Amino acid sequence: METLAMHISNGIIDGPVAAVFAALALAALTVCVLRGRRDLDDRLAPMAGLVAAFIFAVQMLNFPIFTAGVSGHLLGGALAAMLVGPWVGALCVAVVLVVQALIFGDGGVAMLGLNITNMALLGTAVAYVLIAVLLRVLPRTRAGLAVTAFVAAMISVVVASQGFVLEYWLGGTTDLGNNLGGLAGTMAGVHLLIGIGEGLITATTVLTVAKVRPDLVYALRSLPTPVAPAVPVAGGAR
Amino acid sequence: MGAGHGHVLYRESDSPVHRLPPEVKIAAMVVFTIAVVATPREAFWAFGAYALLVAVVAALARVGPRWLLSRALIEVPFVVFAVALPFLGSGDRVEVLGLSLSVDGLHGAWNILAKGTLGVLVSLLLAGTTTTRDLIVGLDRLHCPQVLTQIATFMLRYLDVLVGEARRMRVARISRGDDPRFLWQLRGFAAGIGALFLRAFERGERVYLAMLSRGYTGRMPAVWQGEGAASVGQWLVAATVPVLAASIAATAVVLS
Repeated sequence: METLAMHISNGIIDGPVAAVFAALALAALTVCVLRGRRDLDDRLAPMAGLVAAFIFAVQMLNFPIFTAGVSGHLLGGALAAMLVGPWVGALCVAVVLVVQALIFGDGGVAMLGLNITNMALLGTAVAYVLIAVLLRVLPRTRAGLAVTAFVAAMISVVVASQGFVLEYWLGGTTDLGNNLGGLAGTMAGVHLLIGIGEGLITATTVLTVAKVRPDLVYALRSLPTPVAPAVPVAGGAR
Repeated sequence: MGAGHGHVLYRESDSPVHRLPPEVKIAAMVVFTIAVVATPREAFWAFGAYALLVAVVAALARVGPRWLLSRALIEVPFVVFAVALPFLGSGDRVEVLGLSLSVDGLHGAWNILAKGTLGVLVSLLLAGTTTTRDLIVGLDRLHCPQVLTQIATFMLRYLDVLVGEARRMRVARISRGDDPRFLWQLRGFAAGIGALFLRAFERGERVYLAMLSRGYTGRMPAVWQGEGAASVGQWLVAATVPVLAASIAATAVVLS
């Protein structure tokens, strides 16, 4: 099966804006590296790798947006924020984007700063803020956790897609005039649909992990009482 | 998802490009891409020159045009975006075959098409001549923070774990009488994702602990042993392509 995935490619946004966002992304990633280094222990290191691999695989699922010709796909920022925390989570998504740009030609190398800002920084940050708030507001039940994961994933996807619209407004190589609003609307609408899919996948995954290994869910570590009682991992034939 | 993505694009060969150390190739590729993007879009000749450079490197790497072009299809979604631009753009308009097209939009479409295609082609050249393991060694030698190379190492390693587990679970489901048609599969698919993640994690954790017990400290041995690091000569050889590209870009900027 031929799978396609595409981030912002070379030439869509002009050079100066791309350079500004590259500097922004570099500065933010430096902070993430410094903070993430503290988080990355023996339990989180393999988890971070798996989250990145999972996001990599999931980003191969692609939905073309025919009306505007731009395609959308799952992002995985909320899943990363939930399981490995905001710092390592942003790094995971950034690593996925760098590898995709370098060896799959997916997203231009010169546009990496833009792609990282939208998906790794904006997506993960929005998701983590939502997770932090919702986990404290909602009841500490499985349903509460599911709603948290779903909402965080859905909204973070829509916000990340609007990041592209902002960048296009700042430095799109073609002036769309009044059609920019249409681009924003199309991106938001399609990514709302994608967000629902992403929300379902994130909620299912997080719920399963929280049920069997609550110690692996970063977002639950800071909470006083666990959402679900710890169940020892069943051995058996795997 | 068929085979592991890790080796999908690598082409086993012993060409001069394959023998170059990875860090040199990554640096050359990044500089080349930046030069392409910085070129004014009206300088049509410059893009021809870039294409020629790519063709020469592809020939040196013994990568055929069919292999390159069929894999360049990844950019199709953005080509569609480029095609829409002449209709959506504002400003001056021209009549082409009875259609009213925006001049700015036409330029924009050309810009995306040319720069996007060149970008995809050079990353395919890098992927075709460098294994993913070498790629990470190269990034490490370019002083990429260790947290990042560590995540990247595990990501590429666990992709195969993930794909393998997914295949085993699918076989298990089918052999228990599940009907693998799309709508019927959806519920099993949703329930399977969480299970897949956990199973892959537990397998991945064992891989990680096995690596730790064999002396893994967060970097691959090839990096700290320093074998095969690029010599000055290799840097100079590989620098020819980005230097040529940069001079083309500079000329185009001056002329425009």
